[in-house]
Amino acid sequence: MELVTKDRNTIDPLEAIETHNNTATLAINPLESEAIYIFREVVAQFEKPVLLFSGGKDSITLVRLAQKAFYPSKIPFPLLHIDTGHNFPETIAFRDKLVKELGVELIVRYVQDSIDQGKVIEEKGKYASRNSLQTTTLLDALEEFKFDAAIGGARRDEEKARAKERIFSVRDDFGQWDEKNQRPELFDHLNGKISLGQNVRVFPISNWTELDVWSYIAKEKIEIPSIYFAHTRKTFVRDGMIWSADDAVYREEDEVVEERLVRFRTVGDMSCTAAVLSDAVTLEKVVEEIRASTISERGARIDDKRSEAAMEKRKQQGYF
Amino acid sequence: MYTLSRKRIKNKRVLIKTALNHRSENSSLWEVRWEAMEVLKIATAGSVDDGKSTLIGRILYDTQSLTTDKLEAIETKSKANGFDYLDFSLATDGLVAEREQGITIDVAHIYFSSKTKSYIVADTPGHIEYTRNMVTGASTSQASIILVDARKGVIEQTYRHFFINNLLRVKDIIVAINKMDLVDFSESIYEEIKADFQEMIAKSEYKEQNITFIPVSALLGDNVVATSENTPWYSGNTLLDHLEGLEAQDVYEQSHMRFPVQMVIRPKQTDFHDFRGYAGKIYGDDLEVGDEITVLPSLTSSRVKEIYFFDQKFDKAGRGSSCTITLEDDLNISRGDMIVKNAERPNVGKQLEAKVCWMDTKELQPGTQYFLQSGSNRILAKIKGVSGVIHTDFSGEDITANSLKLNEVGNVNILMSRPLAYDSYTENKISGSFILIDAHTNTTAGVGFVK
Repeated sequence: MELVTKDRNTIDPLEAIETHNNTATLAINPLESEAIYIFREVVAQFEKPVLLFSGGKDSITLVRLAQKAFYPSKIPFPLLHIDTGHNFPETIAFRDKLVKELGVELIVRYVQDSIDQGKVIEEKGKYASRNSLQTTTLLDALEEFKFDAAIGGARRDEEKARAKERIFSVRDDFGQWDEKNQRPELFDHLNGKISLGQNVRVFPISNWTELDVWSYIAKEKIEIPSIYFAHTRKTFVRDGMIWSADDAVYREEDEVVEERLVRFRTVGDMSCTAAVLSDAVTLEKVVEEIRASTISERGARIDDKRSEAAMEKRKQQGYF
Repeated sequence: MYTLSRKRIKNKRVLIKTALNHRSENSSLWEVRWEAMEVLKIATAGSVDDGKSTLIGRILYDTQSLTTDKLEAIETKSKANGFDYLDFSLATDGLVAEREQGITIDVAHIYFSSKTKSYIVADTPGHIEYTRNMVTGASTSQASIILVDARKGVIEQTYRHFFINNLLRVKDIIVAINKMDLVDFSESIYEEIKADFQEMIAKSEYKEQNITFIPVSALLGDNVVATSENTPWYSGNTLLDHLEGLEAQDVYEQSHMRFPVQMVIRPKQTDFHDFRGYAGKIYGDDLEVGDEITVLPSLTSSRVKEIYFFDQKFDKAGRGSSCTITLEDDLNISRGDMIVKNAERPNVGKQLEAKVCWMDTKELQPGTQYFLQSGSNRILAKIKGVSGVIHTDFSGEDITANSLKLNEVGNVNILMSRPLAYDSYTENKISGSFILIDAHTNTTAGVGFVK
C-alpha cells in the first residue's frame, strides 16, 4: 500500500483563493483550533501528561494536532501504547515508524504481562477478547509512571455513554468514571485541578465526528496504517461479520477461511474488530464509502454489542 | 440577518465550487470540506416530557443522520417498551439511569451535518435540579432551542430556561412550541403562547437576542425538517431551515481582541535558538502583525512580530484561531497574562462584582476561599459578600440572602490575591466570565459573569 505523504508544495485550493486576494489571514477550522487549545491546557495544567496511542486514525490525528500545538518545540510528552498482543502487525510497524520520525518517547505496556502476573484472567471461547483486559494494564502503567493526565482520541459521537464525557474527565484512584458527578465545563475555562491520587483523561477531539477525522487526515495528508485501505486478507465470517483469520482470533472448526478484499474501519484488538468488504484503495474512496455507509463505526466492534450499556460499564471501571 | 446569512452561504458555495474546479490533483473534496466547515453549536432546554430528546431524535432521523444499526436499536427498544411508533428519544438518552427513568440527567452531545454546516447539539436536562447543566450547555452555544409544550404553555420552567439563555447572552433563541398535534395545530394556542413568551422577553435584560417562534410536532415531524401541511397559518421556516440560515460564528462574538497566554514556547533547539513564542487563542477580534499591544497585568508594551500556525507564518489571524505569536521586544510574559491591543485596555484589578450561578451542593458563603479561573489565569480568591439572590422568573431579587445554594443565581463580590485583567460579560464573553473552583474538592463550584 502506497502511503500518502505530506507535500508542502501543494497549494491548498481555498488558501490559494485567499492568497490571491492579498490577505494571508489565518482562519483555522474551529474543531482544530479547539483541539490545539485543549492540548496546550493539558501541558500547562498537568505535571506529567501522556498520549494514549493505539495506532488507530484517532490517535494518529492527536499526534498531528500535538505537533501543531507546540511547534517549533517537540511534542512535550511521551506516547503510551497498551499492547493487547492481538494488534494488527501493520499497526505495530506503523507505530514504530511514526515514533522514530517524530523523535518522541514511546512506552509500551503489555496485556500479556498483566495476564502472566495473574492480575487479569483471559477470556475463553468464541467471543474471547482482550479489549476489556486493557484497563488493568493501562491503570498500572499510569500508576507506574505517575502520569496525571492521559490524552485519548475518544469522540462523543462514537457511543451514547461517550456523548456525556467531559473534555477533562476526572478519574479516581481506581480509574473510575463517576458519570453522575462530573464537573461542569463552561466556556474555555478548563478546570484541571485534581487531588493526589486522581488523574484526568483528556479528549481533545471530543467534538469531532468520524467524518471530521477523515476529512482532516485527507487535508493534512497524514499517513495511516495500511489496514484502513482495501487489501487481500485471510478471513472468516461469523454472525454476519468478517473476522481476520489470525492465531489471536478464536475460530470454530466449521468456520471457513477465505481470502477476501477487505479494509478495517477501526484498528482495535484483532479479536474484536471486524472488517468490511471494500475495494477502496485511496483515502478519497475510503471516506466516500464511510459517508455512504449506514452502519456506525462502533457497529463493527463486538465489545459494544455485548450489552446495551457495555461502554458505560467499562468506562466506570476505568476504560477510556 | 437572514438575507445576510443566505448570501454568505451562497458565497461559501461559490467558494467551494471554485476551489473544487481549481484543486490540484492531490487535494480532495474532503480537504475542501474541512477548510470550508461551519460549526454551529446549539443548546436545547425543555422541561421533563416536553419532548426535547424526541425533537433531537427527529432531526437526526429526518436528516438521515441515524445509521442503520442505531435505527434498529431504537426499533427494538421501542417495541420492547410497547410503542407502535419509533421512540426517537432513545437516540439521545445515553446513561442507564436515564433510560430507566426516561429522562436526561447529564449534558449529552449530539452531532449531525447538513450540506452547509456541522451541528453540535448540547442536549441539556430541563429540570430545576439541572440548571447547572443548562448553563453549561448555553455557555458554549451560539443558539438555543427552548421547548414549550403546547398543552401547558409558558410555565415556571420556561421562565428559568429563558432567563438562563438571556443571562448568558445566547445570540439566537428558537422557541419550539411542541406537541402541536395534541392541540389540533391550533393557531390561537400558538399565538397565546407566543404572547406570553413576549411578555417575558419584555422583562429581560439582554434585548438584542434574535428570538424566533416555530410550531412543531417532534413526534410527527411537523415543521422540524419538513414543512407541515397542518399549519397553513404559519409562514416561517422549519426548525432546520432556520438553523441553516444562521451564520455560524465563534460563540465568543465580535468584541475587543483578547489573547490570554496559555504557555510560552521556547524550543531551545539550534534552528529556533532565540524563539520565544506565546501560545494562545485569539478572542473577540483579529490580530495583525505590527499591532501595538499591551501585556496585562504588567502593562508592558510591544508590537506583534510574527503570527505562527504550525510551521507557517501569517500576516493576520482571525478570532477563534489557536496560534503562536512572537513580539518585537523581549518581555517577561507567562501563562495567565493577557495580551490586548493598546487602545483597548480591559479593567485590571483585585476586586470584581459578578452574577454567579452556583453549581455545587456545598453553599457559597462569604469569607470562603476559591480559585477563580478565567481562561488560562487562575487566582486565589475570596468571597467578600453576596448581595442578593436573583429570581429566575424576572421578578427581581431577594436582597436578604447572603449565601448561594445549588442552582441559584446571585450578585457576588469577589476579592482576588493578584490583579486580574477582565471585562464585563456584556462586552466580552471570555474575559468577562470565570469559574470558581472549590479549594478542597477541586470541583467547579460556580460560574461568574462580570458586571
